[in-house]
Amino acid sequence: MSTEVQHAEPGIFQKYFFSTDHKIIAMQYLFTGMAMALIGGFFAYVFRMQLGFPNQHVPGYGIVTPGKYNALVTMHGSIMIFWVAMPVLIAAFGNFLIPLMVGCDDMAFPRINRLSYQIFLASALILLASFLVKGGAFGGAWTAYPPLSASGAYNLTPAGAVLWLLAVALEFVAFLLGGINFTVTTMNSRAPGMKMYDIPLVVWMIVLASVIFMCSAGPLIAGAVMLLFDQTMSTGFYDPTRGGDPLLWQHLFWFFGHPEVYVVLLPAMGIVAEIVAVFARKKIFGYKTVLYTTWAVGFLSFVVWAHHQFVAGIDPRMANIFSVTTLLISVPITEMVFLYIATLYGGSIRLDTPMLWALGFIAEFMIGGVTGIFLGSSSTDIYLHDTYFVIAHFHYTFVPIAIIAVYAGLTFWYPKMFGRMLNEKLGKIHFWGTVIPFNVIFIPLFITGTAGDQRRIYSYAQFAEQSRPALQHLRTTSTIALLFMLAFQLVFLFNSFWSLRHGRRAEANPWRSSTLEWTVPSPPPHGNFAELPTVYRGPYEYGLAGCAEDFAPQNVPDAALAEGVKV
Amino acid sequence: MATEAHVQHPNYVKIWGILVVLLVVSVLGSMTHIRNVVLIAAFGVAVVKAYLVAKNFMHVTIEKRWVPYLLIVCLLFVVILFAGVSPDVMKHSGLHWSNPSANAPAQPGAAAAHE
Amino acid sequence: MSASVKPIANTRSGTGIPTARLITWWVIASEIVIFGGLLASYIMHRIGHPEWADSAAHTNTWAGAFNTFVLLTSSLFAVLAHKAADAHDGPKAAKLLRLTSLGGLIFLIVKGFEWTADIREGFVLSSGGFWQFYYTLTGLHGLHVLAGMIIMLVVASDAAKNQELQRVECIGLYWHFVDIVWIFLFPLLYIAR
Repeated sequence: MSTEVQHAEPGIFQKYFFSTDHKIIAMQYLFTGMAMALIGGFFAYVFRMQLGFPNQHVPGYGIVTPGKYNALVTMHGSIMIFWVAMPVLIAAFGNFLIPLMVGCDDMAFPRINRLSYQIFLASALILLASFLVKGGAFGGAWTAYPPLSASGAYNLTPAGAVLWLLAVALEFVAFLLGGINFTVTTMNSRAPGMKMYDIPLVVWMIVLASVIFMCSAGPLIAGAVMLLFDQTMSTGFYDPTRGGDPLLWQHLFWFFGHPEVYVVLLPAMGIVAEIVAVFARKKIFGYKTVLYTTWAVGFLSFVVWAHHQFVAGIDPRMANIFSVTTLLISVPITEMVFLYIATLYGGSIRLDTPMLWALGFIAEFMIGGVTGIFLGSSSTDIYLHDTYFVIAHFHYTFVPIAIIAVYAGLTFWYPKMFGRMLNEKLGKIHFWGTVIPFNVIFIPLFITGTAGDQRRIYSYAQFAEQSRPALQHLRTTSTIALLFMLAFQLVFLFNSFWSLRHGRRAEANPWRSSTLEWTVPSPPPHGNFAELPTVYRGPYEYGLAGCAEDFAPQNVPDAALAEGVKV
Repeated sequence: MATEAHVQHPNYVKIWGILVVLLVVSVLGSMTHIRNVVLIAAFGVAVVKAYLVAKNFMHVTIEKRWVPYLLIVCLLFVVILFAGVSPDVMKHSGLHWSNPSANAPAQPGAAAAHE
Repeated sequence: MSASVKPIANTRSGTGIPTARLITWWVIASEIVIFGGLLASYIMHRIGHPEWADSAAHTNTWAGAFNTFVLLTSSLFAVLAHKAADAHDGPKAAKLLRLTSLGGLIFLIVKGFEWTADIREGFVLSSGGFWQFYYTLTGLHGLHVLAGMIIMLVVASDAAKNQELQRVECIGLYWHFVDIVWIFLFPLLYIAR
């Protein structure tokens, strides 16, 4: 009944550019996100070359002036968070997986889905356009604190600043629309028999992330309107000489900014959960605990934000409160990591590429997490704020989220998305070639940061008291490691494009997973299911004895289990 | 897809009448210029009017229970925002404290500290 | 592009709430935080700047009260439209929705006159202090009124043909929310200023 699709075979334009099919929209988000990642990664290459080999010509770019440096770091941060992590983790994986995993034929509102991508694409194009305007791209840091961000006389990129703000605002609208669609689909469109606790964790995580985003973005949207007016209409919302307050922006920004990191963390943890269960052939240890803990994390994430403002002159009593809540939030996150480790314990572990990435996530994210403790405590943060310690900390969290978990998800679901298997050997080379250099990039930065290296400085040569020539070898090491890491991404690019044509054809369920997306052909047809499934059990029934297979797919009735599963 | 009649419809015109009366009360109250009367007339009435609209026009009380809970949680987040931000933005001194740099008149950026 | 093929996903109801109404509640939830953030920012500044009372005195209480009355009445029409839709009377629902839209139009026209008068007196967006918030708050609210009106007219044109009647309730919910925001803006900007 579901594939009773009346429309005639669509032309290329209709099929790929104006499709309302969630799988196509997912690909649109994925490819746009990956393209933006190339740009964001290139910017990292340029400014790290400046930091590793100060004031020298950067191959492929030129000389990095102070203004350009500011624009580079601003754009790197903004792009990676808003135009890479969010579209890939939430929109691409969410769009592709949710209807398949809950057992329906598309999102509840396919046209709103398409609209959300179009708005997102517009936001990306506006951001790219800002590189070309007079003054160039915005250079006021991704945090855009006024008065720097409000005044073109200060930031020297007035047009870029406005375009950046518009791009971010549009991106927010796109994700509000998309996220609400995901939430409604998951709540309402589930297959018969799929109760709340039968929903795969990755779907829960993406939905919760969307809800967190929705609740936190509102005040920043209000704040962005005010900043836009300050930039263009001579208002003084953030101008103390005109009755405003720059701290208001900081608070509005971080009220969003902190939940935002959990918005990107949750889908990553969801992806890792799926992979760990499949490749350990074991049920997730404490599914409900993971779920309730995630709700707790989601709520707590709203009461920790001012730990980004400990040195901004906030009320010290509030600093106490935020210190306590920040240290508190590490507890549920750690608990979730423990639950994943407990899932691994006693499992029948297969170290295929997706599993390597998932394990890599757990290990690297833990380093990010423990280094956050030093920053969450306001006393140590007074010293460490705005140093490279902070950069190293958030890259030890963001890179596992936006790179490691993404690769985990891509290598895991590539067969389903494209109908081909990726090359395992190249996958492993890519894994080690990414993770090892990643550590060599950022461990030196913990050291230089603790020694006092300040952020957002294009060259220490200009600041006598800052420049510590003895540490330059650490900065240079970091840069060289980045070059290696970037080079190894070519392995993935080659692998993913080559396998599209020449990879082994994938059957429906190459990983022998129990969730619903693996019951349809690879790739799934329009409409997804020839016959819409009914669900009989939870998503992680692995390690079963007495059945023909060691797992029980969600859609196979109990009676049919013993007869064996058709893979 | 037609709507299922999931609500009993109260007398909407009567509710509207009450809302208009409340509006008049709030305007009259504001004209007394007695501070507490003005505040109660203005915001107390607003809360009552909002509740009446939510209950009778939006049928929020007949809706699945989690819906009003969701809306209240969103309001709660706004309250948390207010609580976290107002010590810095709303007042720059209190009973036992003051923030001298925030109280001082804004000055142009300081000259560079280093040579 | 009206009655296109709906995916099965749209017709299921795991929560017991139809998808159209479900998405409307989520939209309203997200709008609560948007307006809440802006209102909270205003309230903080207003309390911290008692001297803004002088500027605030210039808002026109009668215009504000009239507009409140207009929005309340339009909300009445919106909910009567819902009642008509429940009774499967599409044309009546459409008529009532159009009356609701008319209320929105009157609201915006009165607002236009108000703003013109304020601008003539020299109070503009860049006048700082109270005025930047006044224009931003009422402007953002006005945009939501305008958007609501447009969507409402689209829903009305479908309802007149007895199509997509479930949307009548949904646009009504949105409209009531916009009304509630104004219920709080009115005292903030006009009577307890």
